[in-house]
Amino acid sequence: MNEELIISGRENLMVDPQLHIWHWPIPLYLFLGGLAAGVLFFAALFYLLGKEDKYISAVRRVPFVAPFALVIGLAALFYDLNHKAYFWRLYTTIRLESPMSWGAWTLLVITTASFIWCALHIREIFPNWDWKYKWLKELEIFFNKYKKHLAWVMLIFAIITGVYTGILLSAFNARPLWNTSVLGPLFLASGLSAGAAAIVLASKNREERLLFTRLDMIILGTELFLIVHMFMGFLASTQVQIDAAHLFLGGEYTMVFWIFVVIIGIIVPGILDLMELKGRHIPAYIPGVLVLFGSLMFRFVFVFAGQVSRWLY
Amino acid sequence: MRYAMAVDTKKCVGCSDCVVACQTENDVPIGFCRDWVVERMDGTYPQLEVELRSERCNHCDNAPCVRCCPTGASHIVDGGIVVVSHNKCIGCGACIASCPYDARYPHPKGYVDKCTFCLHRVREGMKPACVAVCPTKCMYFGDLDDPNSDVSLVLKKRKYKTLIPEAGTKPQLYFLI
Repeated sequence: MNEELIISGRENLMVDPQLHIWHWPIPLYLFLGGLAAGVLFFAALFYLLGKEDKYISAVRRVPFVAPFALVIGLAALFYDLNHKAYFWRLYTTIRLESPMSWGAWTLLVITTASFIWCALHIREIFPNWDWKYKWLKELEIFFNKYKKHLAWVMLIFAIITGVYTGILLSAFNARPLWNTSVLGPLFLASGLSAGAAAIVLASKNREERLLFTRLDMIILGTELFLIVHMFMGFLASTQVQIDAAHLFLGGEYTMVFWIFVVIIGIIVPGILDLMELKGRHIPAYIPGVLVLFGSLMFRFVFVFAGQVSRWLY
Repeated sequence: MRYAMAVDTKKCVGCSDCVVACQTENDVPIGFCRDWVVERMDGTYPQLEVELRSERCNHCDNAPCVRCCPTGASHIVDGGIVVVSHNKCIGCGACIASCPYDARYPHPKGYVDKCTFCLHRVREGMKPACVAVCPTKCMYFGDLDDPNSDVSLVLKKRKYKTLIPEAGTKPQLYFLI
């Protein structure tokens, strides 16, 4: 027998008996951030490819999801802070070794870019929109002139935001489940698939829907590949990471991970996407909603399970 | 200068005086603690071996909490002591998640709190409260760079270990075994 017990009675709130410092706002934000990143990535990409008129939903309409998602996500992050009055301290420094620091700056850039992008396309939603003030009109003309630059900024920062949502977690070596570099690309893929799903849900153009269904299927396949890769890495690693993997391989998060994230969130929509591409008619909202749901569950499962995983101690 | 602490697991009786001393000295809010005592039991009855450890922040040389802090609130001061500036901490919890020793906790006032090696006492030339109060004198504190400090002398004489060195944090809390 070997057993370790704290005998002096330590009951630090949110730390004991098991770490639970991050609650629902964090996974919710990670999902919304990933979704916004996915949506803005496709908008910028297809604009830069000169397909603005072909894929109207992707470039002009669905990006309106992003500012809402980002603002709600930021509000969730703010709500989660324990020392809220000092949140501005984030913006008095840039610390490159802290993902949360450069992530905060990235969010500032991508949120601003998403607002500008939507302002440039406001007439898609409100055809008779008038900016009323002259300086706003001039601002619109100015940004229209530099729209290409804006698209590049959006493209790059969308990728950084998508990767950041994963790196935020993978930087913590104290939580073995999070401490894998696959998490960056995995969260990016999950965000991109959510973005593609949102476009499929919103698009009324069959050609556009088929393109994003195909993209969604490819990204879901990549996600599955990365998940397998992650488990291979864990199982070939140290005892703490083997234990971390076992949270999903027989441990307390097994059911919720494999059923909600992998089967309902990745495999089923992937197969439905394939059937749609093979000519069967599948209502677009089924795979779309499943992918978004799976993406959200993925964040919840990962944030909560990661806090359970720890060093032998 | 490199402050460190050594705890003699053979002398510790697990009385938890160090915990109470810390709570009193540092006005730790009720229900929280910056240090704690761990009992490790090995073997099968009646062949049992017990190890008692008074634990706290390890004031790591490679501190993950300082690395991940987005505002620089967690930082290193004299002699490698890791402290948190209350007026810079936003209470995001990153440092709490990053600590493999779970040595930090969110203070009810919002900022993150932890052991400071009693920096205010150390700067006055005194020992940390836990060390000063220990009835079995099982704790040693001092400067590792000074070969004649309590901690340097005892680490020269005795076998010791650190906790989870494989986490790469280079902890500075030594346990004499």
